[in-house]
Amino acid sequence: MWTWFYRLASPPYVYRVAAKLTPWFLALAALAIGYGVIDGLVFAPPDYQQGDAFRIIYVHVPSAWLSLFAYTMMAVAGAIALIWRIKMGHAVAACVRSHRRIVHAARARDGFAVGKAHVGHLLGVGSSTDFGADLLFLYVGVMSLRPAFEDAGRGDRAAALLAIVGVVNVPIIHYSVVWWNSLHQAATVAKIGKPSMPGSMLWPLLSMFLGFTLFYGAGTVSSIAR
Amino acid sequence: MIDGFWSMGGYARYVWPCFGFAAAVLAWNLWSARRHLAAARLRTARALAMAASERA
Repeated sequence: MWTWFYRLASPPYVYRVAAKLTPWFLALAALAIGYGVIDGLVFAPPDYQQGDAFRIIYVHVPSAWLSLFAYTMMAVAGAIALIWRIKMGHAVAACVRSHRRIVHAARARDGFAVGKAHVGHLLGVGSSTDFGADLLFLYVGVMSLRPAFEDAGRGDRAAALLAIVGVVNVPIIHYSVVWWNSLHQAATVAKIGKPSMPGSMLWPLLSMFLGFTLFYGAGTVSSIAR
Repeated sequence: MIDGFWSMGGYARYVWPCFGFAAAVLAWNLWSARRHLAAARLRTARALAMAASERA
């Protein structure tokens, strides 16, 4: 297992695998997103309370998931680089960083739209948006810290450390909708027990989750490949 | 029915911009990755050409 682990850290091996994976990730992402968009916009029934405005979840929830997932990946890659002194970890963390900011923007924009549609106010949905903004500031900090050092190695280590510290925010964002009173609904899919959502609404959402993750994966591995 | 689809039950001005922005974000990601790949290839080709000329 350790041989495999160290082979994963070898740049030529990683570049070769990354170049092969990119088109597969992209093709599967296109299929999953295509199915999710058509099923979510055309065939899923309107919500009994939110009407057709609920369809925003098909882009908002995958963007929110991706913003947390990508931050965690960045911290894990940084931790691997710091603990095992594997330089590839810093490279992966840098590639994850390069695609992440825009996902945050999509998530925030959709969250504001939901607030405006139902509450008449841009920040109507509350705590999750606030903590998401905290994570965005942390991310900007990590992005700015790395080039602030003349020695690239020291910059990488400092950025990795800050990313690891910031991970504390990830579970807070996830559970903020439960811990604080807000208009954001509680967990519907990622919870213990059966999702409280009918299959006709759930399948397109899961497909969009998969599609967004694969698309993000394609962006990250193509960055690694170059 | 088509009109009903585009009007999204009166929420069209919230739903469509969200999907439009998400599509723009995905397209931007793809375009940016391709642009960076092309730039990296160009840099590598130049470096190889310079190394070859120095050897010669």
